Amino acid sequence: MKQFIIFVKKEFYHIFRDRKSLLIIFLMPIVQIILFGFALTNEIKNSNIAVLDNSKDEATVKIIQRLDASRYFEVNTYLHSQADIENIFKSGKVRMVVVFPPNFYQSLLHSNKAQIQLLADASDPNTATTITQYATNIINDYQQELNGQTNIPYQIQPQLRMLYNPQLKGTYNFVPGVMTMILVLIAAMMTSVAIVREKEINTMEVILVSPLKPLLFIVSKAIPYIFLSLVNLITILIVSVSILDVPVNGNLFLLMAESLLFIITSVSLGLMISNFTKTQQEAQMFSLMSLLLPTLLLGGFMFPIESMPWPLQAVSNIVPSKWFYLIVKDVMIKGLGFSQVWKESLVLVAMSLVLLFISFKKFKTRLA
Amino acid sequence: MIKEIVIKAEGLTKRFGDFIAVNKISFNVEKGEIFGFLGANGAGKTTAMRMLCGLSIPSSGKAAVAGFDVYKQTENIKQNIGYMSQKFSLYEDLTVKENIRFYAGIYGMGRASAKEKMNNLLVQLKMSNEENNLVKSLPLGWKQKLAFSVAILHQPKIVFLDEPTGGVDPVTRREFWNLIYDAAEKGITVFVTTHYMDEAEYCNRVSIMVDGVIEALDTPSNLKKNYKAASMDEVFLQLARGAKRSSD
Repeated sequence: MKQFIIFVKKEFYHIFRDRKSLLIIFLMPIVQIILFGFALTNEIKNSNIAVLDNSKDEATVKIIQRLDASRYFEVNTYLHSQADIENIFKSGKVRMVVVFPPNFYQSLLHSNKAQIQLLADASDPNTATTITQYATNIINDYQQELNGQTNIPYQIQPQLRMLYNPQLKGTYNFVPGVMTMILVLIAAMMTSVAIVREKEINTMEVILVSPLKPLLFIVSKAIPYIFLSLVNLITILIVSVSILDVPVNGNLFLLMAESLLFIITSVSLGLMISNFTKTQQEAQMFSLMSLLLPTLLLGGFMFPIESMPWPLQAVSNIVPSKWFYLIVKDVMIKGLGFSQVWKESLVLVAMSLVLLFISFKKFKTRLA
Repeated sequence: MIKEIVIKAEGLTKRFGDFIAVNKISFNVEKGEIFGFLGANGAGKTTAMRMLCGLSIPSSGKAAVAGFDVYKQTENIKQNIGYMSQKFSLYEDLTVKENIRFYAGIYGMGRASAKEKMNNLLVQLKMSNEENNLVKSLPLGWKQKLAFSVAILHQPKIVFLDEPTGGVDPVTRREFWNLIYDAAEKGITVFVTTHYMDEAEYCNRVSIMVDGVIEALDTPSNLKKNYKAASMDEVFLQLARGAKRSSD
């Protein structure tokens, strides 16, 4: 125990003396989460749209106002004829045109039915889909309001409802993603670098000659980084709740416990990496390549896994980030309980055990 | 008076594939002796030393360190030896005091005894004023002396020094050897590899390794007599001339 405490203390000296790394460790989560939350979202804000209002009545004016008032759209042009539509798309000034047929409100009142045409520039198909969805939601909102005012429903329509994220906020997607990425990167990379550093500066030899047990060495190396990652986790949660308005819908303790599990998995990955790398740089590069890329590409938060070809889908199963991402989404955003995420948790537990077992077996207590 | 034998090697061999790094070496080291292990780069000194420290499993042969078998009792060996590696091995970003505390700690020394040892050591090294300075701010010679003192802090039976004075100036080397003498007087057996021939003269007995084999083993004065040489340098040159391996 004495050995353990003194070793952990020494690790913290290393961490706190290296001001530059320390700054990176603590600032990275904040910067990244803000960056992803605000700048790099897949949410499309302030799209310019044009309106061709052939009806110009109470209802169309209200709908146009609502579209304009939302943060997704700016109504910047009013068109006068059908022919203008093509021109304005060609000029590239707008992403979508909303067309109201003549007598819009009339038909809504009398036949309880009315149509709106949403024309989107689908040269960027993802954007087109997203913004038409935004518009549909806004129009549905209005329609619901109308329905609420009378006893006779104006229209019964299949409704599109965006569950859990009604405003289709991108941050709901990114916070779990960035959380996954930062935890895996910091925990795994720092751990691997910390062990490899001992090899590089040669203190490893002295430690191997000492009576210090390998298991104790591994555990004392891992503990400080588990602790640091927990600090990061808390920072991320505070930033998401306070700045990005992404709530923790589920049980906070469950979320913390699951995160701790994932941190342990990541630290085990780091231990594994440290086993077959010799220099700090090598460990760093390897961590970046083998963790960051799979997390980004196969973690599920940048690109939907369901739409990948099956070999990639299969590969994504061995990426721990994918499982943690699912857990965070379920617990944090959907507010689900442990009964819904126990399978994913079990996968992480199994991965950690396998990684730890291999690292411990592979840990070289000898030099040659 | 029969001296206690603390290191015993018999036909100790290490192969890496086809390459025989250490070829059937046999020797005994007595308690309190300063045993010099000489050889050119690549002669197999470090490999031999690593086998004795439990860092490397021998391919064949027998060896016992402090009475413990190098195959099966490496944990017991570790309790009884100190080790200072070829390359500098203290933590540069820790202070003198923290380094001493750390190494005392991993050898399981209690706070009180570690503190007492540390204070004595700082006085002995005249480094009391430096105790809170980072090791990286110290001159190389001081670092080496500190590394040696840390290696014997837990009072091991044997201390292994792998080219401890590489890159150090002659004055500091002399001071370093004074520390080695002090340690030997306290009954610590010193096993030291070097390729400085003047240092060989300071040893009680010297073995000279050429291409993985011990070519000569005796006191420096006997070696000089036998090889009709004026200095250890000449002895070494006569033996090493036939060497085929030149570097690591």
